Amino acid sequence: MTDSKKPEILITGAGGALAQEVIDRVRDQYHVVLVDFRRRVQFDEDMSSYRVEYNKRGFEDIFRKHNIEAVIHLGRMGLYESTHRNRYNHNVLGTQRLLDLCHKYDVQQVIVLSTYFVYGASPYNPALLTEEYPLKASELTMDLVDSVELENLANIYLWKYPELNISILRPCNIAGPGVLNSMSLLLSSNYAPVLVGFSPMMQFIHVEDMAQAIVLAFEKNQPGVYNVANDDWVSYQDAVIQCGCNRVFIPSVPEGLPRRISKTVGWKGWPEYLINYYKYPVIIDGSLFKNTFGFKPKRSLADIFAHYKEKKEMGIL
Amino acid sequence: MKLRDFLVKNLVSAETDAIVSKIPKPVGSFGYDPWGYHSEAFKLAISAFKPIYENYFRVEAKGLENIPQTGRALIIANHSGQLPIDGALVGYALATNPNAPRAVRAMIERFFPLTPFVGNVLNEFGAVLGDPVNCEKMLQREEAIIVFPEGVRGSGKVWSKRYKLQRFGLGFMHLAIQTNTPIIPVGIVGCEETMPTPFHLNGLAKLLNIPYVPVTTPFPLPAKVHLNFGEPMYFDGPVTDEDKVAIKVEKVKDEINKLIQEGLTERQGWFK
Repeated sequence: MTDSKKPEILITGAGGALAQEVIDRVRDQYHVVLVDFRRRVQFDEDMSSYRVEYNKRGFEDIFRKHNIEAVIHLGRMGLYESTHRNRYNHNVLGTQRLLDLCHKYDVQQVIVLSTYFVYGASPYNPALLTEEYPLKASELTMDLVDSVELENLANIYLWKYPELNISILRPCNIAGPGVLNSMSLLLSSNYAPVLVGFSPMMQFIHVEDMAQAIVLAFEKNQPGVYNVANDDWVSYQDAVIQCGCNRVFIPSVPEGLPRRISKTVGWKGWPEYLINYYKYPVIIDGSLFKNTFGFKPKRSLADIFAHYKEKKEMGIL
Repeated sequence: MKLRDFLVKNLVSAETDAIVSKIPKPVGSFGYDPWGYHSEAFKLAISAFKPIYENYFRVEAKGLENIPQTGRALIIANHSGQLPIDGALVGYALATNPNAPRAVRAMIERFFPLTPFVGNVLNEFGAVLGDPVNCEKMLQREEAIIVFPEGVRGSGKVWSKRYKLQRFGLGFMHLAIQTNTPIIPVGIVGCEETMPTPFHLNGLAKLLNIPYVPVTTPFPLPAKVHLNFGEPMYFDGPVTDEDKVAIKVEKVKDEINKLIQEGLTERQGWFK
């Protein structure tokens, strides 16, 4: 049932932990239309919920049926899910279809969730990368092409259709309760692979803070590209120790060996195409987002790590 | 317990701990900054380097009062001695400066981040990949940075070129003007004698893809080192012409040369 008084917003990837946090923050002011390609999300009776793939014809019916004013696009096929071809079709072509529909049905605002992975992990990365820094992830591996292409696509639409008011958010590692990305899977496990002699600096943001950042970007509507990160840093090995993981030391030379080990073992949290991110730092500068939107994260690194450690001690993870 | 925590617990004296704790260096909740500097690791580096600075090279530092207590600064020095010992000595002098202790940041070559352990350890001690973006960001965050504008041209000098300043890169001057940063010139005397090098094996260096392979002593000799810090120099912008930048760089070079000559005049001999 639709409450006609409330403006309608569509949230993709509604089944994810981040989306649930966002929905909690916007449900009072908006009629929320939930979309997920994995399952029909059961959240609340007054919300419309659909299980649909973005690049299928039926997706347009949602735009026909609802008067969507804004889209928060969080739905993504994760890096460890499916083949890179399927991820490309879903993440890139699906997003293109979504943006085309947004244009066709006069959607007034779109928030696109990207990732800091797009910068690529290189030994020559300076610290505090700003939004203008080249996106080099696709140099590393075909498996990250979809992340970079999705960004490029959103950027093209940002300039081509300014009326869509697109904001692209590039967060650092999102972690915390319910998060199922590669990093969160790794921090949840009892054994965390670390490369001998390498412990890059990393940034983490709590899923609740990230949800708050998305809501801020949505409410204040300042189109553009923004890094989202805490002003705090920790080395990878310190992070896994803090989360109560036992370090599994993986030889870092010769260069191809860690990749071969990862492929053989089949670690979801430590996939071979992300190994450079566990070797070299990708530290982003979140000051533009902080200053534009007045963003102040509430959860510390210690809070994030405590979640994983406590769950392990309780035997839940 | 991590190895670092164990070493800090057993090697860092209360005196060093007190000195380093006075350094006004903002770090995150786990003691790191964005470039990987770690406050506890820095204490460890200072503790390990203390006997080398005080007893082996018997360093005499003059003009430390010219280092600003806070705020951005570019420490520009002559480079020599085949190994980057001069950078470490300047870093130690500034960290233990009784007037205003600072954790000075040194720029490192591009092969270090590729090297297991070495890259991470140098980062924890405050060294940073030599990159203009890194420099600019650090100056914006009110850091003090040491730069050797001669680069490997200076550190890899052969004996016949000792104390002859090589060509200076212009990058540091652009940074100083862009970020309105004072330049502190430093004349280093003594490091030339730590590893006297009559010639290099250029063919081998090319084969190994490294800047130079010196034919020299197997370890640094205990030459007495003098560090002469000059008064801050200020340069205005905007940059309209590279030749004008080069003239400004020459002014810094002249000042460093003057400080070197003062050191050479004052010293009693290589090892005294």
